[in-house]
Amino acid sequence: MAEQKTKAKSFQEWMEVNIWGLLTFLALALSVGGLVEIVPLFYMKNTMEHNKHPELIWAKAGAEPIVTVDASGKAAWNWKPGEGVRPYTALELAGRDIYQREGCYLCHSQMIRPFRDEKERYGHYSLASESAFDHPFQWGSKRTGPDLARVGGKYSDEWQRQHTRAPRSVVPESVMPGYPWLDDAYVDGKKMQGHMKGLQTIGVPYSDGDIEVAPALVEGKTEMDALVTYMQVLGTMAALDENKAYRE
Amino acid sequence: MESGLERKYNFDVVRWFTVMAVVYLVVGASVGVYIAAELAWPWLNFDSPYISFGRLRPVHTNAVIFAFGGCTLMATAFYTVQRTCGVRVWSDKLAWFVFWGWNAIIVLAVITLPLGFTQSKEYAELEWPIDILIAVVWLAFTFNFIMTIAKRKTSHIYVSNWFFLGMMVMIVYLHVVNSLAIPVGLFKSYSVFSGVQDAMIQWWWGHNAVGFYLTAGFLGIMYYFVPKQAGRPIYSYRLSVIHFWALMFGYVWLGAHHLQYTALPDWAGSLGAAVSIAMIIPSWGGAVNGMMTLSGAWDRLRTDYVLRFLIIALAFYAMSTFEGPVMSLKTVNALSHYTDWTVGHVHSGALGWVAGISIGAIYHLMTRLFHTEMYSERLIGFHFWTATIGTVVYIVALWVSGIMQGLMWRAYDEYGTLAYTFVESVDAMHPYYAMRTIGGAIFLFGAIVMLFNVLMTVAKSSSEGSLAKARSLPAAA
Repeated sequence: MAEQKTKAKSFQEWMEVNIWGLLTFLALALSVGGLVEIVPLFYMKNTMEHNKHPELIWAKAGAEPIVTVDASGKAAWNWKPGEGVRPYTALELAGRDIYQREGCYLCHSQMIRPFRDEKERYGHYSLASESAFDHPFQWGSKRTGPDLARVGGKYSDEWQRQHTRAPRSVVPESVMPGYPWLDDAYVDGKKMQGHMKGLQTIGVPYSDGDIEVAPALVEGKTEMDALVTYMQVLGTMAALDENKAYRE
Repeated sequence: MESGLERKYNFDVVRWFTVMAVVYLVVGASVGVYIAAELAWPWLNFDSPYISFGRLRPVHTNAVIFAFGGCTLMATAFYTVQRTCGVRVWSDKLAWFVFWGWNAIIVLAVITLPLGFTQSKEYAELEWPIDILIAVVWLAFTFNFIMTIAKRKTSHIYVSNWFFLGMMVMIVYLHVVNSLAIPVGLFKSYSVFSGVQDAMIQWWWGHNAVGFYLTAGFLGIMYYFVPKQAGRPIYSYRLSVIHFWALMFGYVWLGAHHLQYTALPDWAGSLGAAVSIAMIIPSWGGAVNGMMTLSGAWDRLRTDYVLRFLIIALAFYAMSTFEGPVMSLKTVNALSHYTDWTVGHVHSGALGWVAGISIGAIYHLMTRLFHTEMYSERLIGFHFWTATIGTVVYIVALWVSGIMQGLMWRAYDEYGTLAYTFVESVDAMHPYYAMRTIGGAIFLFGAIVMLFNVLMTVAKSSSEGSLAKARSLPAAA
């Protein structure tokens, strides 16, 4: 240990000769900013708009299955577009997994800001409640390509498929990579059940029925089907009212 | 240089980290140039999953930040702490564990990221088993560093070590919290946080990876290597104390400025922006302290290329720490967010500041670690100009095009409708994407020259037997 010849003249000097003091004070100083900015987000009611506007979240989420599939393979939906934000179905979640895997979030945002031009280009500004079940968030930080927060229903399934496969065959100026391999890979229902159970553990309101139906829902579906299904649901869950002020 | 240092200190681990840093600089910059080219000429994706932009981009960021930046930090931290404390590193074994552990992480990253294993959180993409390994290795690094300081022979802890220490503690916080995830497979997990909270935590990590890993850590490098190379003491002790604590306390708040106008509550974004503006002062405090160290010895810049690297790095640091707060202003952010201006800003910091100070420190280290002159001084001069010109070409391309992009998105014609479709803005980017690729390629060429120069110096040292000779000298006290 260092020999201390003279008494420290100040608190600063005391820390400079005392590693444990310096370490402790640093650990404290470094924790403040994060605590102040992050912790309140979990508690303040006005962070999530659905505390004031409960209709934003699907009332039956977690209580009833989103969709059921009968023995003949026919799907019957309990939820309809606009009825509120809900967890992703097995097929949509598979699509979202692919969206993450391919790094789509590096070039596409899913977060519309409250500006006139963004409203005209992409639609109503995004709400925090809309990504309440998104583990992790996919807001993105860059728009090399356009925002996708409300891309659902803007293009046909067939356009989306062709565009994903070979972007420049439909948009000549595009710089997006092609993803033809998604046509050749199939979604695994068992695996999707595991993914949904994991999400259920950390609080995503899946009903057991949602997880049970997963293999039937993804049966025979390619990764391309899954990705397109995911994109087509983006922004369609909650019906936003132009006349309501969701955020201050 | 005094004799016996090779016996007294563990320079072996520093040597390995130093050489690997240069190797990773070339690797990381190569991938960067390739993905830059993919944006200019998208056929370069070759319809292959493993080299498509979305999978390679994390390879680039991880390679430059964690492989190049990490090896540089570990080399310089182990070197600085031993020299300034006057003692050998606390545990040689632990130091080697950190070396092999960190390199194993890098290899795992290079394998798993192209395969699409990712948590999809920027700069924290690696999946949970690798995250655990990172935590273990980082804690070993931190522990070894602290214990070395604890057994020091000097009375006061040198300023470089404060900065290294601040970085180490903060990275522990950030990495642990931001990586909390529920595993659903060997290489698949979901963040335990969702939506707005996840966004805030991610950018708390994202900006402090910049603020601590890429700033505090590299300021630690600056505080040792600038005075050493200049042969003068640091300009102001008082300034270093003030800007150290201001940086430690203040930088942590900045992450929220990445989320202005998003669904993050306004108070958080505004708070982040307000502190960001205030951070100009401590940031410039550091830059001024480094530059003024040369006060009275400015003529050295004419002849000393290593010093040039260190000083131009501080100039880029001052510039990007001015630019950053400006971009966090709400009105500017409304334009700059989502555009390539952000990417340009990052690179003025990454290429100009981080790479510049690292390269200067590595050249300084090379002669001391291998006990010989560099293979070629002229090549250092050549590297200086390629690095500087490449960086300037790169950032100018993205300044111009980023602002253009932002303006095109919000432009209206005389009928009150949007003047441009999105794809017109993509099309307009093409020449700038090409120019940025060229800027990056010039920088990469300089890095390759550096690697050549470094390897030739190692060979020279070994043929002269200078390292072996230094090793045989008995340790002084």
